[in-house]
Amino acid sequence: MNSTAYNYQNDISIRTEGLTKRFGNFTAVDNITFHVKKGEIFGFLGANGAGKTTAIKMLCGLSKPTSGIAMVAGYDVATQAEHIKKNIGYMSQKFALYDDLKVWENMRLYAGIYGMKEKIIAYRINEILMQLGFENEKNTFVKTLPIGWKQKLAFSISIIHQPEIVFLDEPTGGVDPAARRQFWELIYATAEKGITVFVTTHYMDEAEYCNRICMLVDGKIVALDSPKKLKDTFSAQNIDKVFRLLARNTNRT
Amino acid sequence: MIQKKYSPFLSFVRKEFFHIFRDRWTSIILLIMPILMIILFGFAITTEVKNAKIAIFDPSQDAATHAIVDKLSTSEYFTIETYVYSQNEMDNLFRKRNIGLIVVFSEHFYENMMHGGDAKIQLIADGSDPNYAYTLTQYASALLGSYQQENISHNFNPPFQIETTIKMLYNPTLKGAYNTVPGVLGMVLMLICAMMTSISIAREKEFGNMEVLLVSPLKPITIILSKTVPYIVLSLINFTSIMLLAVFALKVPIVGNILLIALISLIFIFLSLALGLLISTIVKTQIVAMLISGVVLMFPVILLSGMIFPVESMGVFFQYLAKVLPANWYIAAIRKVMIQGLGISSVSKELIVLISMAVLLIAISIKKFKVRIE
Amino acid sequence: MIQVEHIEKKYAKVNALQNISLHVNKGEIFGIIGPDGSGKTTLFRILSTVLLADKGKACINGWDVVKDYRIIRNHIGYMPGRFSLYQDLSVEENLQFFASIFKTSIESNYYLIKDIYQQLEPFKKRRAGALSGGMKQKLALCCALIHKPDLLFLDEPTTGVDPVSRKELWDMLKRLKSEGVTILVSTSYMDEAARCDRIALMMKGKFLIADTPSNIVNQYNEKLWAVSSDAMAKLLIDLKNYPFIKNYYAFGDLHHITMQANSKSDIELQHDLHEYLEKLKHQELFISNIKASIEDCFMALTGGSSDTLHTTKNYE
Repeated sequence: MNSTAYNYQNDISIRTEGLTKRFGNFTAVDNITFHVKKGEIFGFLGANGAGKTTAIKMLCGLSKPTSGIAMVAGYDVATQAEHIKKNIGYMSQKFALYDDLKVWENMRLYAGIYGMKEKIIAYRINEILMQLGFENEKNTFVKTLPIGWKQKLAFSISIIHQPEIVFLDEPTGGVDPAARRQFWELIYATAEKGITVFVTTHYMDEAEYCNRICMLVDGKIVALDSPKKLKDTFSAQNIDKVFRLLARNTNRT
Repeated sequence: MIQKKYSPFLSFVRKEFFHIFRDRWTSIILLIMPILMIILFGFAITTEVKNAKIAIFDPSQDAATHAIVDKLSTSEYFTIETYVYSQNEMDNLFRKRNIGLIVVFSEHFYENMMHGGDAKIQLIADGSDPNYAYTLTQYASALLGSYQQENISHNFNPPFQIETTIKMLYNPTLKGAYNTVPGVLGMVLMLICAMMTSISIAREKEFGNMEVLLVSPLKPITIILSKTVPYIVLSLINFTSIMLLAVFALKVPIVGNILLIALISLIFIFLSLALGLLISTIVKTQIVAMLISGVVLMFPVILLSGMIFPVESMGVFFQYLAKVLPANWYIAAIRKVMIQGLGISSVSKELIVLISMAVLLIAISIKKFKVRIE
Repeated sequence: MIQVEHIEKKYAKVNALQNISLHVNKGEIFGIIGPDGSGKTTLFRILSTVLLADKGKACINGWDVVKDYRIIRNHIGYMPGRFSLYQDLSVEENLQFFASIFKTSIESNYYLIKDIYQQLEPFKKRRAGALSGGMKQKLALCCALIHKPDLLFLDEPTTGVDPVSRKELWDMLKRLKSEGVTILVSTSYMDEAARCDRIALMMKGKFLIADTPSNIVNQYNEKLWAVSSDAMAKLLIDLKNYPFIKNYYAFGDLHHITMQANSKSDIELQHDLHEYLEKLKHQELFISNIKASIEDCFMALTGGSSDTLHTTKNYE
C-alpha cells in the first residue's frame, strides 16, 4: 500500500468533514461530517432524493465534492480517486454480473479488472465458491441462477479483491425473505473479517442489523447512532418509526 | 392547472417532437447531417469500370476504325452493345438501352488519318452519372492513345493524327453534384424514415412504454401514424433543404418538374416508413433497430446506388441486388426527372416499382404490428 | 371482477406461471406478494392483455383477456414494473400525454390524483428523468389512473421507494378503493401485505396461499418466539446451536425462532431457552411468544430456505 495510506488513524475507514455537493443552487449533500470504523456495518438511510446516492458517489471517488473533505481508506476523494477505487468494492441493486458468462468467468473477469495476480485469483475463486456453497455451480451460466444466488455472487465478487470497504447500494431489493437473511449473514461474515460495510436499504428491519445508522434528510445528517440508542432517543419501538419521525420533516422530493 | 385537452393523436405527435428536439444527437442527425452529407458527397470519387456497354457510330467502316473498335471491344472495360447508323438514333440510345458511351468516328477516317486531314473521334457519355461518365471517357481515351502509340512505332509517317473530343450529354460540365443530389436524397429519406422510425418504436419497447400504450384505448393504427407523422414532416423539411442547397449552393439546375420530384419522393418516404415499421416489429431494442436499419438499409444504398461505385462495374449478383433496393429505383427516377428533365412517362417503370413496394411493405408492417408484447 | 382459472406460462424451459387461479372481487385491493422472479410480472402482463398464456382462462369483468382485449384495454389502468414514463418529458407533459391518449383531461379526474399530484406540482416543469425514485413512482401512478379506470393493475409500484413515500402510495390506493376502483397490486415488501384486503403469496410461479392477511397469519400453526439480548449476532449463532431449535432467523431488532415442543408447555420452553442463553452470558434477555407476521408465514411456506437452483430464472 502507498505510504499516504498511513495519514489516518488505523481504525477509521471513512472520515468526512463538512462534505458538501451542490448542483447549481441545489445542495444535494449539505455539510455532512461522520466517520466509519473499520469492520463496522454502517447503515446509510434516507428518503428517495435525500442525497444518499450523491454522497456514495463522492465516497467512491466518482464525483468531486463541492467543499469539505472525505477520506476513504486513507485517501482523499477529491485528489486520490484512483487509489480509492482500488481499495473499495461496490455493489448496487442492479448487480453488474454478466448473464452470458459462467459463475467463475464473472469472478475471473472482476479479479482481472482489479489487477489481481493469477495465483491469488485462483485461490480467491475457490475460497468464494466454497464460502457460498457454489462448488457445483462454478460452470453455471449466471443467467440460470436464482436471483438470491446472483445477489450473493455479486456481493462476493464486489469483495473479491479484498477491499477495505464495500459499498452496498440497496443490495436486497426484491429478494425473498430467506435469501435476504442469508445475504445479511454474508454481510456479517464480511464485517467479521475487518471489511467495512457501508450499506443503504429501504428495508427498515435491515437497518436494525447495522452497528450504526446515519439518517439523511434533505442532504443533512439528522441522526447518527446505534439502532438501540436511536430507538431510545426517539422513544420509538423500531427503526421504521424513527425513520418516519425524521423523514417526515423533508422539504424536498 | 392545465386546461388544454388534446386529441390522442395530436398529443402523441407532439410528444414525438419533444423526443426529437430534446435529444441533441437526434436533432443533429435529423437536421444537420443531411446538409453535411450533401456537402461531403459533393466531391466526386473515382470509380472503376468493367464491361460497360458502348455503342459505335462508324460511317467510315475502314481499316483504322475497325482496328480501333476491335481494341475497344477486346479490352475488359467495354462491350460493344450496338452499332448506330444515324445521328437521330443516338439521341434515344442513352434513354432506352443503358448505354454508357457512344464512340463516333468521323467520315473517311483512315484516309484523313494518313493524309493529315482531321480524323476525329467523338466520345459521347451520359453525364447524369458523372463519375461513371468521366471514368468511361478516361478509359476510352487511354485506349485510343495506346492505338496511336502502336501505330507510330510501326513507322507510319506523320502527319498521323486522331483528334478526340468528349461530349457529355445531360450534364455538359460534368458536375459531381448532379449525381450526388439524388443519391443523398435517397439516403437521407431512408435514414430519417426507416432508421429513425424503427429506433423510436424500439425505444418505446425498450423503456416499457409500449406496454402502457398497448393497454390504452389507442388503436395500433393511431400508434403507427403518430410515430410516423413527425418523420414525414422532417423528411419534407429535409427534402426542401436539400433541393434548395442543390440549386443555390451546388448550382445544380432542376431541369424536370419539381412536383413530379416531390411526388416520387413522397412515395419513397412512405416506402421507407413501412420499412422502418417492419424493422420495429422484429426488434426489441434501439441498438438492434439501428444496426438492422444501418446494415440492411444504409450500406446497400451507399454501396449499390451508384453514388460511389458504378453498379455497372459490379458482379451480376450485385446488379440484381441493386435492383431489389427501393432506394435505387428512387435515385434512378430522381436522376431522370431532375437532371435529364424527363417526364412522368419515362419514369413510369420506377414509379410502378416504388408504389408496389410501398403498398406491399405498408400492408405487411401493419399486419405484423403486434397488439401484444413478446 | 377478475377471474383466473389454471393459467400456465412457460418461457423456454422455465415455468413462469404454474396453474394459477385467482378471483378478485369488485372494489377489493388484492396483493400479489413475492420476490423478484416469482412470476408476478408475467401474471400482470397476461391480465392486462399484453401477453398470452399457454393454458388456462382469464376474464376481466366477464371479458376474456384474449378475445375481448380491446374492450378490456378501455377499462383498465396498468402501471408496469419497469418505469413507464417518458424520461425526457416533463411531469406535466407526461400526465397530459397519458390523459389525452385515454381521451380525458387532467382536470376531469384531478380529484383522484390530487393528494399525490400536489406534491409533484412544484416540479411540474422538471423532466421525469430527473425525479427521485419515489416521485417517479408517484407520477407513474397518477398517469395510470388519470382516466379513472375501473380496475388498476400496479406491478411493484413501491419498489425502490422509501418507507414514507411507500406509505403515501398506499394511502392513495386506499382512497381509490373508496372510489370503487378494484386494485391488483404486486410487491416484494412483505410488510405491505397488511394493507391489502386479500393477498396471494407467490414464489417460483406458484401461489403458496391466497387469503386475507389475517387468515393467513391464523393458519400459521407453529409457536413463534421472539428472542433478543445484548449481543444479537452471537445470539443467532447460539440459537442455531440450541438442541431444540427448529427454525431461527433474524427479524429486525429481534430473532424469530420455532422450537421442538416435545410435549413441553410454553412456560417450560421459555424457561429452558432462557437458562441455556444465560449460561452463554447473554444479558438483557428477552424471550416472548409472538404472533406470526406475513413474512414469517412466507418463510414457513417456502420452508425457510432460499430458492434452489435451476428451478427459477430471472424471467421478470
